[in-house]
Amino acid sequence: MDRLTVRIWRGDAAGGAFAAYEVAARENQTVLDVVSEIQREQEPALAYRFACRVGMCGSCAMEVNGRARWTCRTHVRRVARPGEALTLRPLPHLPVIRDLATDMAPFFDKWARAMGSFQPKDAPDGAVPEDFAVVPPGSKARREADAGIECIGCGVCHASCDVVAWNPDYLGPAALNRAWTLVNDVRDGAQAARLAAVSGDAGCHSCHSTQSCTERCPKGLDPSSAIAGLKRRLFWDALLGRRG
Amino acid sequence: MRGQLHLWVAQRLTAAFLAVAVAVHLVTIIIAVRGGLSAADILARTRGSEAWLLFYAGFALAAGLHAAIGLRAIAAEWLGWRGRGLDLLWLGLGLATALFGIRAAWGLYHA
Repeated sequence: MDRLTVRIWRGDAAGGAFAAYEVAARENQTVLDVVSEIQREQEPALAYRFACRVGMCGSCAMEVNGRARWTCRTHVRRVARPGEALTLRPLPHLPVIRDLATDMAPFFDKWARAMGSFQPKDAPDGAVPEDFAVVPPGSKARREADAGIECIGCGVCHASCDVVAWNPDYLGPAALNRAWTLVNDVRDGAQAARLAAVSGDAGCHSCHSTQSCTERCPKGLDPSSAIAGLKRRLFWDALLGRRG
Repeated sequence: MRGQLHLWVAQRLTAAFLAVAVAVHLVTIIIAVRGGLSAADILARTRGSEAWLLFYAGFALAAGLHAAIGLRAIAAEWLGWRGRGLDLLWLGLGLATALFGIRAAWGLYHA
């Protein structure tokens, strides 16, 4: 049987280097299958992360041959020609814990900084509102929110974003996409504060619209358009003197 | 952060103005050159013309601010130059550049 060479970055926050492994090259195998095989058969100390194996949880993202991807949904033959090696690194732009496992905390801290949590308008103290809010499914705001709501927070867009590389404080596509879904949530009562939080150099205004996030999102979402929406909203707010 | 938002808005507005102004500027140059206008002919048209003064003063102000805000972003991304002090420096640089242009426009008006 043909062999597949896999180069895996091994190390921790202090640094590391690539180690090479060989596994059987099978007709149907995902990158995650390969990593699991190496961990079980050859390198029990190899650190990596996964949970669902079917593209629902978003925890297995790594850099595969130069691109951030979900390893569970990436067939080896899609990223490496026969005889070509696989090169795996931890997800870029995040601190490495060990080997292929990154610390996702800074990524989710940015969601918090972008006010990515729902703030009920009717019940600011967290109480249940008296009545259901009516949100017509066909309304413009609802459709804008729908477009970005399926994000599962895998960090692929954040890892693919040049602006994050240039400015580690930049909130990044996922957090800004999340903020845009909430800006379009008519039930939310924290619009002014949220728009202030996502504005400026660390926010949507640093985006160059190069759209790597949209290109690489495994869910097919379009954070680039969400960021453009935030910019548009803030532009007219600033021009017309509106505050949120 | 509001300051950063306003810089961004200023850059978009100046870009929109410059898109038109640069076209007018280039067409005017081509017409002047191909029409064989001498420096004296051109001065005769710009002298005392508030329209040309206003157009070129606006052009210089937009170009100065637009360029400085753009350089600020490049310096932040490529050199890591960030901060309030540097923002004021870029703003000063933009206004200084604009002032040179406005002085030239005034020269044409007042010549």
